[in-house]
Amino acid sequence: MLDVEKIRTDFPILSREVYPDVPLVYLDSAATSQKPQVVIEAMDAYYRQVNANVHRGIHRLSEEATNAYEEAREKVARFINAPDSSQIIYVRNATEGFNLVAYSWGRHNIQAGDEILLTEMEHHANMVPWHILAEEKGAVLRYIPFLPDGTLDLTNLESLLTEKTRLFSFTAVSNVFGTINPVRQLVEAGHAVGAVVMVDAAQAVPHTAVDVQAWDCDFMAFSGHKMCGPTGIGILYGKRELLEAMPPFMGGGDMIRRVTLAGSTWNDLPWKFEAGTPSIAEGIGLGTAVDYLSSIGMESIHSHEQFITNYALEALSEVKGITLYGPPASQRAGVATFTLQGMHPHDISEVVDKDGVAIRAGHHCAMPLHQRLGVSSTARASFYLYTTTAEIDKLVASLIRTRKLFRL
Amino acid sequence: MDIYREQIIDLYEHPLNYGKLETADFSYEEDNPLCGDVIRIDVKLDAENCVAQVAWQGNGCAISQASASLLTEEIKGMTLTDLRNFTAERLLELIGVPLSLARRKCALLSLKVLQTGAASLPSHSD
Repeated sequence: MLDVEKIRTDFPILSREVYPDVPLVYLDSAATSQKPQVVIEAMDAYYRQVNANVHRGIHRLSEEATNAYEEAREKVARFINAPDSSQIIYVRNATEGFNLVAYSWGRHNIQAGDEILLTEMEHHANMVPWHILAEEKGAVLRYIPFLPDGTLDLTNLESLLTEKTRLFSFTAVSNVFGTINPVRQLVEAGHAVGAVVMVDAAQAVPHTAVDVQAWDCDFMAFSGHKMCGPTGIGILYGKRELLEAMPPFMGGGDMIRRVTLAGSTWNDLPWKFEAGTPSIAEGIGLGTAVDYLSSIGMESIHSHEQFITNYALEALSEVKGITLYGPPASQRAGVATFTLQGMHPHDISEVVDKDGVAIRAGHHCAMPLHQRLGVSSTARASFYLYTTTAEIDKLVASLIRTRKLFRL
Repeated sequence: MDIYREQIIDLYEHPLNYGKLETADFSYEEDNPLCGDVIRIDVKLDAENCVAQVAWQGNGCAISQASASLLTEEIKGMTLTDLRNFTAERLLELIGVPLSLARRKCALLSLKVLQTGAASLPSHSD
């Protein structure tokens, strides 16, 4: 069991009040997590003590900055069990990871008539880049549907995943249902028909131990800011032979070996994909976040979230007029998405905010999923290592008060 | 809580001018895809091109729906020019509760629908 009260003292923001005498109840970690003191301090120390550009200078500061930035890359590689840190590409966020693959790999490997297989529960980040690519190339988009309980309907997988499928991209964990998808099984099915397989791990890496070699995926993307790290830094992992064959995504400094007026040759991995001065402090912050999560232990974090999610689903199901979406707690990550009869999710979110409770309302960047559910939007409470049962109780009490305000 | 003052909840429960007009001089519908609010407004003009009848339908949050009731109540008898010159500030004043920037979009959807509809008529018809 986690010592949650102790963990909470690691996060300065968790002790603030959002209104006078109203403490923060932060239940929006699936949107972005809060940041522990050690991450904030690591970035602060970098700017106070080290700040210099990386991979460029001979001087002491530049060397220290480069070392810290590259050491963070190695920490991330170990954290997801990547074979080598050169397969860890720094990007801004998971979204940029998908765009990088769509533009660089996709433009050179997808042709008219090729099929791209996604699922109906994808975040827009794992949909729109493929829409753009399919439009440009005349490729065909196909989707694995989901069942009423928010799990993937794999009954017709064989007809959806065929030799025509060049790319299969899906989320490891749904950001709306919290569904934990059978990644290993899906990757294997994709490889069986010769497809390249990409995994959206934005909601997985922060919450559970991820091993890219066990998954055997070809690409994987995730964001730093959902895993106690800063915004502006994310990771694209790729298999070496794929990354080496791919042309650069953006051109500029740092990604070249040699430039002449006639043209350029490219730098080695991973820098081939990292044009321009990168987010140095953010990379270092992410490395510190990885240290922080590792020191607590991903297994412990995952079981705490299971406990909280189970507690939340039971408590929420007592609220009159509530509809909960997604599978049972045992099959999901720390997310509880719901609607209240007779109230728009924006109104719910606004009312509970006055009790200090931060939840998300809207389509959570998954409009097709909501179209399939037949609702325009939902409310979502999401949990992390610092979430307590007392906070869940506050959410439930606030929802009951909300219903009263709306005379329900 | 300020933003859900009694009148807003009353209007959410019992909207004014809710429904459809059989014959309208202009009708327009639009949604806010970000939150799923949707509003349709029908307007019937009289011989002087003033608003004779107005009706609206839609669904969404309490703010967007209350706003449509308040707006449609306010514009009865107005000329097309009045409609086109109706400002966002005036509608926000009618709503009368402090709104964050995100919620202003909800509040102003009805006005956007009304003015886009009105713009579909030739301007000399006023």
